[in-house]
Amino acid sequence: MFDRLSDGFNGVFKKLSGQGSISESNVREAMDEVRTALLEADVQYDVVETFCERVMADAVGREVTKSLKPGQEMIGIVNRRLVELLGGDPDADPQEALTQSGPGILKMSPGPTVVMMCGLQGSGKTTTCGKLAAMLKKQGRSVMLCAADLQRPAAVEQLETVAGQADQLPGGAQVRFYGEADQVGAYGERVGVAVDVCKRALKAAREAGVDVLILDTAGRLHVNDELMGELHSVHKVLNPHHIFLVVDAMTGQDAVNSAKAFHERLEVDGVILTKFDSDTRGGAALSVKHVTGAPIRYIGVGEKLDAIEPFHAERMAGRILGMGDVVSLVEKAQQEVTEEEAEKLQAKMAKGELTMDDFLKQMRSLRRMGPMKQLMGMLPGVGSMLKDIDIDEKQLDRTEAMVQSMTPAERAKPDLIKGKRQKRIAQGSGNEQTQVGQLVKQFGLLNKMTKQMSGMSGSARVAAAKQLAGGGMGGMMSGMPGLGTKGSTKSGSRGVKKRKPKKRR
Amino acid sequence: MALFKSALGKLKKGLARTRETLGGGLRSLLTGKRLDEQLLKDLERRLIESDVGVAGARELVESVRTDYKAGNIETGDQVLDHLKRQLKSWWPEQDRSLTFATSGPTVILVTGINGVGKTTSIAKLCKALRDEGRTVLLGACDTFRAGAVRQLEIWGERLGIDVVKGQQGGDPASVAFDACDAAVARQVDVLILDTAGRLHTQQGLMGQLEKIRRVIDKRIPGGPHEVLLVLDATSGQNALRQAEEFKASAGVSGIVLAKLDGTARGGIVVAIRSATDIPVKFVGVGETPDDLEPFDPEAFVEAMLAE
Ligand SMILES: Nc1nc2c(ncn2[C@@H]2O[C@H](COP(=O)(O)OP(=O)(O)OP(=O)(O)O)[C@@H](O)[C@H]2O)c(=O)[nH]1
Ligand SMILES: Nc1nc2c(ncn2[C@@H]2O[C@H](COP(=O)(O)OP(=O)(O)O)[C@@H](O)[C@H]2O)c(=O)[nH]1
Ligand SMILES: [Mg+2]
Ligand SMILES: [Mg+2]
Repeated sequence: MFDRLSDGFNGVFKKLSGQGSISESNVREAMDEVRTALLEADVQYDVVETFCERVMADAVGREVTKSLKPGQEMIGIVNRRLVELLGGDPDADPQEALTQSGPGILKMSPGPTVVMMCGLQGSGKTTTCGKLAAMLKKQGRSVMLCAADLQRPAAVEQLETVAGQADQLPGGAQVRFYGEADQVGAYGERVGVAVDVCKRALKAAREAGVDVLILDTAGRLHVNDELMGELHSVHKVLNPHHIFLVVDAMTGQDAVNSAKAFHERLEVDGVILTKFDSDTRGGAALSVKHVTGAPIRYIGVGEKLDAIEPFHAERMAGRILGMGDVVSLVEKAQQEVTEEEAEKLQAKMAKGELTMDDFLKQMRSLRRMGPMKQLMGMLPGVGSMLKDIDIDEKQLDRTEAMVQSMTPAERAKPDLIKGKRQKRIAQGSGNEQTQVGQLVKQFGLLNKMTKQMSGMSGSARVAAAKQLAGGGMGGMMSGMPGLGTKGSTKSGSRGVKKRKPKKRR
Repeated sequence: MALFKSALGKLKKGLARTRETLGGGLRSLLTGKRLDEQLLKDLERRLIESDVGVAGARELVESVRTDYKAGNIETGDQVLDHLKRQLKSWWPEQDRSLTFATSGPTVILVTGINGVGKTTSIAKLCKALRDEGRTVLLGACDTFRAGAVRQLEIWGERLGIDVVKGQQGGDPASVAFDACDAAVARQVDVLILDTAGRLHTQQGLMGQLEKIRRVIDKRIPGGPHEVLLVLDATSGQNALRQAEEFKASAGVSGIVLAKLDGTARGGIVVAIRSATDIPVKFVGVGETPDDLEPFDPEAFVEAMLAE
């Protein structure tokens, strides 16, 4: 999602590395590109200015201009500052920082731990309540979700359903629901009542011995005094241990104003950013962190209740810098492919015996992980190239359709697919015969290539992939898994994805 | 067929915040000042802060700079006039009213990403259409989100409008199918279909919209007559990507910009304008069914640059 930011930074570094000696004004000029990239990513103007000033000061202080590798050095500086701005510790061991998942939700005794959600309309509060409940349940902690939104039509029913869904998920504890549907009066007339509902929910939670009570409040504008007052009362009366501000990752420049207003009123102690599964450049993450100072605790990456992840400043910064979010990708891949499957596949690839069935399966699990473009964006160095690449998911659909129209025998031995068979498959899948021919041909090439590559060492493999990429490999991939490219190549992708999960284990 | 004669007063009220921050800010930034490079820089900043976008802001500032260099503009007040003229010229004369079927029910399909305000905007449209004397039927094609059907039903109950619904988790296209048949059988004027929020990057779900469209066209040839994309006015530049993608897969014919009362700076309207020719047809300025206004660029620009 930060692909544009990466572009900006890469531009800077290319500029720096392309020149013999570099002056301060070069750095300054290059920083302009960073500035633009950040602004285009919706990072708030002041935040951008502050960030760029710090980076400039660092660059001058470190005498980047005299450095042999100014580009590298700048990446280091920008990365440090970015990690810092996102709330991470730039001095932390990167490996360690990645495996840490930050502080969880406090455990109070006597319970319950009270968590209050707040945010603008539609930011994702109710869904996130369910996600937190599911997460806690998994940890064996019991949860009660309280419907404190008496404003929006069917908000109580929504939370009740969500609580029920969370309770169905695995874990050693119960997810309960507390709501007073009869308190939902005429729309807009019930502002004060929410506080009472919360009070009674706390009582119920105590009696039931629930570990964590989560209050789902109504969405509201930070400029609505009456409703902000209501939140304030809930805060005063219930004294929550955590107050999470839920922010849509697609928010624009105004993110600072709303976050600031919520923070001033409630002292937000954590931020949850939602809808990170979109292609937003997500500058709001930087802005909100900057104005509230509260840590970004979790990110929402989908509508389902398991689509929540701890926030990692290092990862995010790495992604911004075009280093790719390989860790996320590996995690996603691990969810899709079992170790055993990966082993088998590896062996087949080494012998060049991949079948169309393997291919179809791979492609499907790959696509289940997310839109292809988003996945590619997580790969190192690929993010910045994506701009010119048109990944046609429809082409992927067509490729899938072609494979599906093949008989089991054909899938196992694609060489069989000639003349008549090609025609039949083309007709069955609604494609041209030549497209089928191409697919088969390219599949053959893929098998040959994976066989060759599996015999090489890591570095030789990379070199080979590069060579292949240079010489027509790009064209091949463009038709192969249906990745229609408009120019450059991103050949390593499939290979990387398949190999990585193994490496990590 | 102008639906909703422009209720300017209301729009101004809805834009109070916009005027305060963007308009007021621009005005206080510019009035009584002599134009120089610093002021141009401040102007650019102000525009970016209002979500106009980097490109849009720079284009506007460049146009001022050109006039400045040519000696045509010397003061901040002249800049205000220039901006007003410039911005207004960005919006062509365009029909921004709803498109209706020539005969039989008009089908309006409402789409957008998660949480932008689709369902609420539908309630607002219902009210406006009903107040015009048209009969309306609703189809609850959001079978995915918890409580979504109930939410629409509650709006229906409040407004006295029936809702055709299906199974929770069922096929939205089949709800569309049933709703179309019901609309024909009952001879209603307008059928509005609510859909589940989906990210424009989710190809599968975008395909589902195409399917819904096909089903509508089969039952009510020529439909949907209007495909409205709801965008959130507080969103940043990603709104442009949404417009692009939804236009490509769902054939969007108009935009509803919700939550304009929330955003402090309506600049995203300008950004949308420079990126797409899909007309913004309505703006949402609150959470009640009355809080919908037709989009009027002249009035909007005036509000943006007002006192
Ligand atoms: N794609 C995606 N959708 C999300 C995410 N989090 C929430 N949503 C969706 O966003 C929409 C709004 O979510 P809600 O949880 O109802 O938001 P809310 O803040 O409770 O909304 P109000 O109560 O109306 O203020 C729903 O369609 C959710 O499914 C996320 O991380 N990714
Ligand atoms: N302030 C304000 N809130 C709105 C507006 N339109 C919708 N909302 C709120 O935004 C939230 C999400 O709206 P909803 O219609 O459920 O969105 P959907 O998920 O796209 O159908 C709800 O809390 C609505 O009350 C608007 O114009 N202004
Ligand atoms: Mg809610
Ligand atoms: Mg809805």
